[in-house]
Amino acid sequence: MSAPFSWIRPEPWGVQIVPADCWIDPGRAVDRALVTHGHADHARGGHGETIATPETLAIMALRYRTGIENGEGEMPSKATPVQYGETISLAGGVKATFVPAGHVLGSAQILLEHAGERVVITGDYKRRHDPTCAPFEVVPCDVFITEATFGLPVFVHPPIEQEMAKLLGVLAANPDQCVVVGAYALGKAQRVIAELRAAGHHQPIYLHGAMEKMCRLYEEHGVDLGELRLVADAEKDDMRGHIVVATPAALNDRWSRRLPDPITAMASGWMRVRGRARQRGVELPLIISDHADWNELTNTILDVNPSETWITHGREEALLRWCELGQRKARALAMVGREEEAE
Amino acid sequence: MEEFAALLNALVYTTSRNRKLALIAAYLRETPDPDRGWALAALTGSVDFPAVKANTFRNLLKERVDPVLWTLSRDFVGDTAETASLLWPEGSASSESSPSIAEVVETLSALTRASAPTELPKLLDRLDENGRFALIKFATGGMRIGVSARLAKTAFAQSFDVSVEEVEEYWHALEPPYAELFAWAADGGDPPDVTNRPMFRPFMLAHPLEEEELDLSDYAAEWKWDGIRVQLVRVNGETRLYSRSGDDISATFPEFLDVLPIDAVVDGELMVRGSVQGGETGGAASFNALQQRLGRKKVSKKMLAELPAFVRLYDVLLLEGDDRREHTWERRRKALEALMPRLPTSHFDLSQIVAARDFSHLAEIREGAREDAIEGLMLKRRDAPYIAGRKVGLWYKWKRDPLLVDCVLMYAQRGSGRRSSFYSDYTFGCWDGDPDAGAELLPVGKAYSGFTDAELKKLDKLVRQTTLNRFGPVREVERTLVFEVAFDSIHSSKRHKSGLAMRFPRIHRIRWDKPVHEADRLDNLRSLIRD
Repeated sequence: MSAPFSWIRPEPWGVQIVPADCWIDPGRAVDRALVTHGHADHARGGHGETIATPETLAIMALRYRTGIENGEGEMPSKATPVQYGETISLAGGVKATFVPAGHVLGSAQILLEHAGERVVITGDYKRRHDPTCAPFEVVPCDVFITEATFGLPVFVHPPIEQEMAKLLGVLAANPDQCVVVGAYALGKAQRVIAELRAAGHHQPIYLHGAMEKMCRLYEEHGVDLGELRLVADAEKDDMRGHIVVATPAALNDRWSRRLPDPITAMASGWMRVRGRARQRGVELPLIISDHADWNELTNTILDVNPSETWITHGREEALLRWCELGQRKARALAMVGREEEAE
Repeated sequence: MEEFAALLNALVYTTSRNRKLALIAAYLRETPDPDRGWALAALTGSVDFPAVKANTFRNLLKERVDPVLWTLSRDFVGDTAETASLLWPEGSASSESSPSIAEVVETLSALTRASAPTELPKLLDRLDENGRFALIKFATGGMRIGVSARLAKTAFAQSFDVSVEEVEEYWHALEPPYAELFAWAADGGDPPDVTNRPMFRPFMLAHPLEEEELDLSDYAAEWKWDGIRVQLVRVNGETRLYSRSGDDISATFPEFLDVLPIDAVVDGELMVRGSVQGGETGGAASFNALQQRLGRKKVSKKMLAELPAFVRLYDVLLLEGDDRREHTWERRRKALEALMPRLPTSHFDLSQIVAARDFSHLAEIREGAREDAIEGLMLKRRDAPYIAGRKVGLWYKWKRDPLLVDCVLMYAQRGSGRRSSFYSDYTFGCWDGDPDAGAELLPVGKAYSGFTDAELKKLDKLVRQTTLNRFGPVREVERTLVFEVAFDSIHSSKRHKSGLAMRFPRIHRIRWDKPVHEADRLDNLRSLIRD
């Protein structure tokens, strides 16, 4: 009998399931990949076969070339959809089950079972309510492979209602200006819009062009975003007193010159730290994150109660220390290429 | 405290100067006394509670949070007050209402080192995160929120429609919470009476001379001495010595407290006797020597004897109750020259005028200045009055070009504030021999300026990718990058292993292209020493 969990092999660019000869969220093209969610640091094109939830596959189809390049051009690759709760059999007697992670539309944790051992890899996750995706489910396991993007005790995300009230308050106080909210194009933007609707804001919301397709995709998957308009189609003065949602990169770009006296907001977990907001010239920081905060990370480890915790990326030192203080076995995997700034 | 906390937060997220002025002005108008006075004191860095230091809060937190988690958090956030305010256990909040600033001041003033650890938590428990941030900033001084003392005073002036020069004039004679200042500006009362106080008058400052050539019939030239700018004030027989920022440094240099024979306000450069600046006899030592006397609260007799200080005078502001600031530089200079024979030569001399035929001759003279360890030249408009602050066209500083050497990046440390989480402080070294024959690099200096934000990002990335070792917030990196480092002068130093200390080092250029073995050797640097 081999050593415990030796069938799971973490590499800096992905986690290999050895007997099944496939990878989870690999950072380079492989023959067979299981993908937790559609963000670029977890999902990439070019795999021979991509196994993911139908929503994640739809997102990937929108964003990446999913075929393999060869001498004769692009070969279509295989996309294998797996529903939440569905279990599939991989080679080598490994079973994989996709479970909601609550991060973005289609995001999943993957439960792997082999030789009586259970391993959960979370991808990115959060525990807060999110009207745009299915909620996180606790899955008991032996090895819990978790993210730690906000793995420092200073990161405690406030209730989103509080941040929405802040945003709407500033908007109401400045009717001659617009508020431009920087938000990641996949997930964050749609969540901010859906939460604005939930807070009773039914005015049209203006979009940066890069968000349009993803918003439509969310709507096709049953997420109601209300009336959306494109900044490109609008007159400058029409946007006064309105909210504009743009990619973070567009905030300080020439693009923002077409907006009427914009107040720059940013929806990100990093906004909890003043210095981070100032670095980006943000005037209205909105602490909104699609990742687990410190309390969610630590409470989830308590809920799942694994015999080992492996930490993929983020502020792993502090979470390791927390595990050590609680006498929990833990190790850092030092994954590379996980983009944290875009959160 | 809530309103003050809201003000600080708004200031943090505002980049526009005008918007900052408007925010402070509105706060000062709407807030009652004495809270607004204390807030103004905090913004200008004028509050001090001896029993409360950043360390006091650090220790409080380490009792409540695991020390390792504290250190990791502080390192990431880059600001002790903010980290402490974020990590303070929220659940313990008491039902008592948020305290007023006046109440906070009363509590903080009464604290001792012994009582602080039990009293401060009670205050912190009454505040939310923003309130705690404001309290800790207020209690420990040093806001670091992008508001200078000058900006706060300008906001005060705007708020009540008075002139900022007048505010500056009274400022140093008054104490927080500035009741007389508000009574005058806000409530239309009499101006504060400052005539009988030995107060600081704001300095006239110089702009760097960039491209232009000046006509020497309009401007007089003096050496720019490498000491500290001081103002010596005697009013009604009482004497005070002030530093450039208006701090009272009389206790550090007690030898000046009974040497002015008449009431006067004079402006000059404080230096230590030596032979480097300005000749063998009656000259001054390098800044290095002066540094040993700076920042001391008490001075030993030995120190007074070994490193006697003197002031090289270049201006006179008041003379026997007579305000000369409206006079032209030429008239003030004559008055100063006439005053010199009445001053003891042990403590004063006169900053000489540098004679030159024309501007290009002056440029030639300036080139030779390094040999005398002089910083460069000052150019002063002959017909200009003494005007506080930096008014364009009146005074120029014309520093000699900096020295340049090529050094290798060795260590990097995270910055704070706007640069938190960026590796922005760099320690660099030079070779102690032939790098191809196994020489080693020894650190020669540290710099955190001279590069753009875009370059900072690139440097930060390089540091993360080439880390060899981590020591808390410091990373040791592979020796791959050469900096062209600019500095004003270099001195011998026992503090550093290389035996060298640079003055004003900054990154002049990043030599992405240069191989590290071509960086300078210590011998080259030693040949530049002028101690």
